[in-house]
Amino acid sequence: MKKVQFKSNYSQYFFLAPQLLILLIFLYWPIIQTFKDAFTMQDAFGFGSQFAGFDNFLFIFSDPSYFTAFKFTIIYSLVITLITGSIGLLLAVQANKVIHGKNVYKTLLIWPYAIAPAVVGVMANYFFSERYGLLYHLFNNLWGFNWYKDVFDAYIYVIIAGSWKQISANFIFFLAGLQAIQKTVIEASIIDCKSNIRRFWTITFPLLMPTTFFLIIINITYAFFDTFGIIDTTTIGAPGSETKTLVYKAYIDGFKGLDLGSAGAQSIMMMIIVLFITIFQFRYIEGKIHYN
Amino acid sequence: MIIPVWIIFASSTHSSLFINTNGLQFFLGDNFVENYSRVLFKKSGFFKEITAFKMFFNSFVMAIGIATLSVVTSLMAAYGLVYFKIKYATIIFWLIFITLLVPLELRIMPSYIIMSKLNLVNTFAGLILPISASAIATFFFRQFYKSIPDELLEAAKLDGTSSWRFFIDFLVPLSKTMIAAVFIFMFVFGYNQYLWPLIMTTSEQYWTVVMGLKTMYGSISDRFAFVIMSMIPPVIIIVFLQKLFIQGIFQSK
Repeated sequence: MKKVQFKSNYSQYFFLAPQLLILLIFLYWPIIQTFKDAFTMQDAFGFGSQFAGFDNFLFIFSDPSYFTAFKFTIIYSLVITLITGSIGLLLAVQANKVIHGKNVYKTLLIWPYAIAPAVVGVMANYFFSERYGLLYHLFNNLWGFNWYKDVFDAYIYVIIAGSWKQISANFIFFLAGLQAIQKTVIEASIIDCKSNIRRFWTITFPLLMPTTFFLIIINITYAFFDTFGIIDTTTIGAPGSETKTLVYKAYIDGFKGLDLGSAGAQSIMMMIIVLFITIFQFRYIEGKIHYN
Repeated sequence: MIIPVWIIFASSTHSSLFINTNGLQFFLGDNFVENYSRVLFKKSGFFKEITAFKMFFNSFVMAIGIATLSVVTSLMAAYGLVYFKIKYATIIFWLIFITLLVPLELRIMPSYIIMSKLNLVNTFAGLILPISASAIATFFFRQFYKSIPDELLEAAKLDGTSSWRFFIDFLVPLSKTMIAAVFIFMFVFGYNQYLWPLIMTTSEQYWTVVMGLKTMYGSISDRFAFVIMSMIPPVIIIVFLQKLFIQGIFQSK
């Protein structure tokens, strides 16, 4: 906070009011409702509800499909993080070397970042449909690819669809990270170490650690939440419900299944996950301050 | 990265009949004008009530609404937090920032029920307000204000400037680049919304581009053309306002 401030009886509330009002109605009210839902059991016909304690939580923990979704979400976020991180890093290192036409190269790699996941999904759909899909037929010829039936193939489908756009995000942050490394450090390291590859792993990559760590969190958050549009436009959970993320499952159970209690409990479980991720992130920010 | 988009674009310039018999195309056809104008102006949707043109209009209203509302409320709220002595400042601070933990996806079901209680289903307000309920921009403006030297306020106070004038005459002009960056970022964020418009619009009149993509009916080349068109606004922003947009990304993360 500032040392010099305005002292006023009411104007500060005038400035705070619009945001607080919107947050109160459109954020706090639904959150409170989520907690209420999570701890009540709805009558199947919607006639009444009663306090249910942790029954909804016990129910989702005993539900095998919840664990399927949990497993998929974890695998999905790890694989996406790995793929998009390594390709993004590779492209950023290349872009950092380019001298002429740097901006064109950059623009070509950055633009998918701005495209909506749902649009990416619809597009991926054309490449993986049985009728038109180039990739479907290519993979089908190679090993009998069929995501309509095979879980592993469905994973490949949603992983490719989910990674394409996220490579750009990784590229943007890695490039910024590379450009922040001081020229003198690089010059000194060139004198000490002739091998490009060894220099990258011993000098450049350790200096990129803060960026890498930050991107891991960004990618995990992306795979958890933003991929909703991708799942809903590609597999819709197919073959059975093996490619449903946690967010997607909560949506299906709440909207299609009208099971508010279960959806509420699932939302709260995800809030706990987000809380952990955020605590991690804050740790990272603190770490960065000490580093500087 | 551009290849898949190119293939869809090239395919969108062929007739549906050609696509259906020959599959996706790598080279351009000659139905470009015909396909794109048909998609833009012919009514489609389940009830044949909406054109792609109207969906673009809806998406823009929604995206501009979200961007404007979040920039204005966040700019003000950050000012209130940084430049005033407030009772319970810590509580208000946490009340605002804890909201970062709860993305819309986690409160979607109750949000929908509340919106229908408030009669906001199938309205622009219903599309805009819950997405604007975010403190990301507040966090960022707060950081920026804190980096402004205290002397500015001291000088303004000596001149007897009121808090309102200080905000309008000093802080807003100083934050111009930041405002533009956040606005552009929030515009793309709003334009790209999928789940919320999907459940908030039971009437085709309020369909947006990104959600309409999946639901829209039409021949295959119509759908290709619509996918390509849906990418144009964010891609234009990336190409022409790249610096500001990237600044927005960095601030918001």
